[in-house]
Amino acid sequence: MSGGTASRTGGGRHGGGTGHEVRLKIDMIACDGRGLCAEVLPELITLDDWGFPIIEKGPVPAGLRSQAAEAVSLCPRLALRLER
Amino acid sequence: MKPRLTQAPSPGLTLPRAGCARPAGRLPRLLPDGFATEPTSLADHLASYGPLPRSGRGPRQRDELIREVELAGLAGRGGAGFPTARKLAAVAARRHAVVVGNGTEGEPASAKDKVLMARSPHLVLDGAVAAAELVGAREAVIVAHPAVSGIIAAAAAERRHAHLDRVRITVVPGTDRFVAGEASAVVHWIERGVPKPKATPVRLSERGLHGRPTLVQNVETLAHLALIARYGAGWFRGIGTAKEPGSILVTLAGAVRHPGVYEVAIGTPVAEVLARGGGPAGPLGALLVGGYFGRWADPDQAAALPLSAEGLAGLGASAGAGLLAALPADACGLAETARITRYLAGESAGQCGPCVFGLDAIAGQLERLAQGRGPDLVKLERWIGQVGSGRGACKHPDGTVGMVASALELFSDEIDQHAEGWCRGTGGYAGVLPVPTRGAR
Repeated sequence: MSGGTASRTGGGRHGGGTGHEVRLKIDMIACDGRGLCAEVLPELITLDDWGFPIIEKGPVPAGLRSQAAEAVSLCPRLALRLER
Repeated sequence: MKPRLTQAPSPGLTLPRAGCARPAGRLPRLLPDGFATEPTSLADHLASYGPLPRSGRGPRQRDELIREVELAGLAGRGGAGFPTARKLAAVAARRHAVVVGNGTEGEPASAKDKVLMARSPHLVLDGAVAAAELVGAREAVIVAHPAVSGIIAAAAAERRHAHLDRVRITVVPGTDRFVAGEASAVVHWIERGVPKPKATPVRLSERGLHGRPTLVQNVETLAHLALIARYGAGWFRGIGTAKEPGSILVTLAGAVRHPGVYEVAIGTPVAEVLARGGGPAGPLGALLVGGYFGRWADPDQAAALPLSAEGLAGLGASAGAGLLAALPADACGLAETARITRYLAGESAGQCGPCVFGLDAIAGQLERLAQGRGPDLVKLERWIGQVGSGRGACKHPDGTVGMVASALELFSDEIDQHAEGWCRGTGGYAGVLPVPTRGAR
């Protein structure tokens, strides 16, 4: 099998896979410390002493999925993404 | 006995030649024997090492050679120590790859890559060519520290004139910013002249330089690869340890009699490595092991340890970028740490909040600590936890914080002394280790 095709960048949906895990990832270069994410998802996101998010490691619990999606869409810098 | 200079490399040769005249256990391997003031010419290089066997074009032949590199156990010499064969395989699996040789050496106290490029440029270029052939790349870009980029560019021109390589080699002068040596920053520099790491989640082996699969290797790693291509895995393992085979270039800096670059077998005890440079210039207070992202260590504790990742693991250290910096006993370790941290804070690419603000804040507290001005150690500990936990686009904050944490541990007595208003640093040093100052950014 040729391994020649480059895989897609993170954030897209990969075919297959039985896992239902999603993880919240952040582009720290895009992040500007606005803090909306921590307001919407305090269970997983706290702010450091300079207002930048500290995200709990590990998969997003199922019950917080919709809040996580909201945090992603609310970020004015588009710095957040959910990855499978 | 030197092997005879042959006319041309044999194009069909895929496996290393048996029975080379270069004993496996002998040092140096990478640097010219004896004192050299000039780069080794192409003719002398070929006389010394023999020609570089050319890898065949077929994937099977390439896989055989990658396997040889795996058997040799070569790991990256840029500081991270990643297994080279694995990187090669990841890029070789893709098409239209390109090779990047990282000779930026932004670490101010480190000189090993500069010396390697200045004295053995053809070994580095051989390695770039061998790597390119192994991953199916047709071009290799060497990004070289500006102090030596002219030398290695001249060597590349020498090879072009001799029609030596089927791989196109380009030499690009780098910039000596500290983070410019990070792999994605090197690519960014080549592409756009911006020496800053990228935030892309995609690996360079998939999409790197101009969107192509990219192999980034430190120039010393490439030089070792050039020797494995000639002499094979068994030869490579002739020195070093079983888990970490081969030789390594080390920069001895600070309070040693003869600072400079030396080639040693991995696993050589630290005291013996220092002895290569004439040993300590006086009583030592501390050793900085690895680089500015390394670990401060007690010199007596470190002396007996092998210079290897395994040997130094107890210190939380590794050989890193190959720096051993000796701090004299009458220097202040806290002052030195504050200076280095302020330098590293200033070298932030400025892209990520925790790095920009956090390193500046940590440097500020260390300065207060060094100057006896009543630091807030609680804040300092909290910030170390917040800044060093993988929250940036690159490892600059993490590396800095690791070094700082080791300083606070090793110099704990000095912290108490400073709180009581006195310092053991009576040597009157403005500073021991180099921290280049910059103009306004």
